[in-house]
Amino acid sequence: MRRSVAASVDKVAGPPAAFPKPPDRYRTFTALVSWAAPASLILIVAVLILQARPAITRFGLNFLIGTEWNPVTLNFGALPAIFGTVVTSAIAIAIALPVGIAVAVVLAEPGARGIRAAMGIGIELLAAIPSVVYGIWALYVLAPWALLHLEIPITEHLGFIGFLSGPPGQSSLFTASLVLAIMILPTLTAVSRDVIRAVPRGLRESTVALGATWWETVWHVILPAARAGIFGATILAVGRALAETIAVTMVIGNRFEIPHSIFSPAYTLASVIANEFNEATGDIYPAALVELGLVLILVTLTVNVVALLLVRSAQARVTI
Amino acid sequence: MTRNAWRRFSSGTALTVMYALTGLALVPLGLVLWFAASKGLPAVLHPEFFFNSERPTGFPGGGVSNAIVGTGIMVGMASLAAIPVGVLSGIYLAEYGVSRWASWVRLASDVLVGAPSIALGLFAYAVIVVPQQHFSALSASLALAILMLPVVIRTTESAVVLIPRGLRESGLALGLPRWRVSLQLILPAAAPGVITGTLLAVARAAGETAPVLFTGFGNPIFSLDPTQAMASLPLVVFRDALTPYKDLQQVAWGAALVLVVMVLIINLGSRWVLRRQIRLAGQL
Repeated sequence: MRRSVAASVDKVAGPPAAFPKPPDRYRTFTALVSWAAPASLILIVAVLILQARPAITRFGLNFLIGTEWNPVTLNFGALPAIFGTVVTSAIAIAIALPVGIAVAVVLAEPGARGIRAAMGIGIELLAAIPSVVYGIWALYVLAPWALLHLEIPITEHLGFIGFLSGPPGQSSLFTASLVLAIMILPTLTAVSRDVIRAVPRGLRESTVALGATWWETVWHVILPAARAGIFGATILAVGRALAETIAVTMVIGNRFEIPHSIFSPAYTLASVIANEFNEATGDIYPAALVELGLVLILVTLTVNVVALLLVRSAQARVTI
Repeated sequence: MTRNAWRRFSSGTALTVMYALTGLALVPLGLVLWFAASKGLPAVLHPEFFFNSERPTGFPGGGVSNAIVGTGIMVGMASLAAIPVGVLSGIYLAEYGVSRWASWVRLASDVLVGAPSIALGLFAYAVIVVPQQHFSALSASLALAILMLPVVIRTTESAVVLIPRGLRESGLALGLPRWRVSLQLILPAAAPGVITGTLLAVARAAGETAPVLFTGFGNPIFSLDPTQAMASLPLVVFRDALTPYKDLQQVAWGAALVLVVMVLIINLGSRWVLRRQIRLAGQL
């Protein structure tokens, strides 16, 4: 008798197995929706591969090392465009990096706000200006100025160095790099600032307590601690520079060859597509252009993944 | 100079140099704003700029009404797709964000932000324009929706995460199902942040040229038909700026000014909303 009561009590207030957790349908649903971002990424790459197939099968790896781009003979090689993309991004990062780190250090300073907050807003607005507005500005304002005050003096005085030789021109690799440097600065700054802020306070305070000046703290302690993250931010900015299309297209000069000087017109992967895709007819020509896009997206995706992993691990790591 | 004086001097110099570099970084912003205003104002000051469609060079009185409406329609359709999907994905990341799948979604959307926008245009061209055999506003909207998606996802996530646990727990304690807690309690509380994020995404999409270059294609005639080619403001800037004709260049500067003003209003406005949100969240 007693036993059976205990048994029935057990049955009522049994272990959780008696009440299976109801399925969380909301979680299932939102998880399904969240497929959208990864799925579109995969779809984009897959569709571009399909569209580029005629060019991929016809040219193989020669596409990446060929230097001729001839829609008449249907002979396509991407090397000059790859060269232009890489070199403009490299020059842009070389210009933007010192400025970007300085801005990040200033913006990450703790305490007194005011002018610094205003500067932060300004840098963020720099990121918000549409690329085509940078393009029209670069075309009519920056390029003539750069020709007169940078390109002509440099070619006159340093022209004996091969890649700095003349003749200078308004539309050039160099002008495109200048615009790119301005456009990637906000990315570089925002990410570096966050990484510098993530450096533990104690580190800064103990350095100051030891009698270090502001500059000694920044140079010997804060920047070394944030090094990995700043490196990640730099790579992220390189990714942005590689992907930029319109502003570069408007000032790079659109000449499909590997230039002998940075003051000569050139081409980038994205600007070739922007300029020629609407006029491309037949089978191979559009496929070759899509293959340029494929090369571009695969490179930027790789660069971005590497950069994001670097930044994340730098922010997550508790230094000392 | 003693050693300590030298140290103080070099530190002061470095500080000055760094502030100077920060100021230097802001010079381009000032120049872009100044030239957009000074070169664009003469075009914008004529009311027909906003009421007439584009006209070929030599025909005075051209405007950008077709482009403004076109950008509005294409970005609007893109928002209809990207905002619900993005907000729900963002909620998933905020509510169930510790799972392995969530970290993949996060990585994918961060990578998608950096994907070249011209590749999105190529994708939409292949998926919609090729089967249809003609350019359409719809295909441009697809490209713009993919462009907006990651921005909406990440800003929604960070806005929802800000909401204190107590709100969620009290909803669940009252016996509300999870979807009601999430959509009727958490989301309204996080609304300012979410709206800010979607507005920033809208501003970004409205200013993008590369994805609409061979999808929306542009159309000098006023058109409301989403299955046909449609004009857009960035395209007007891009094409007209590269022409040798003074009157078209003038239209390009005017359109650029319209874009800049839109971006400024959305960015500064959303900053104000966001600050209010953070203050309110502190009171909860």
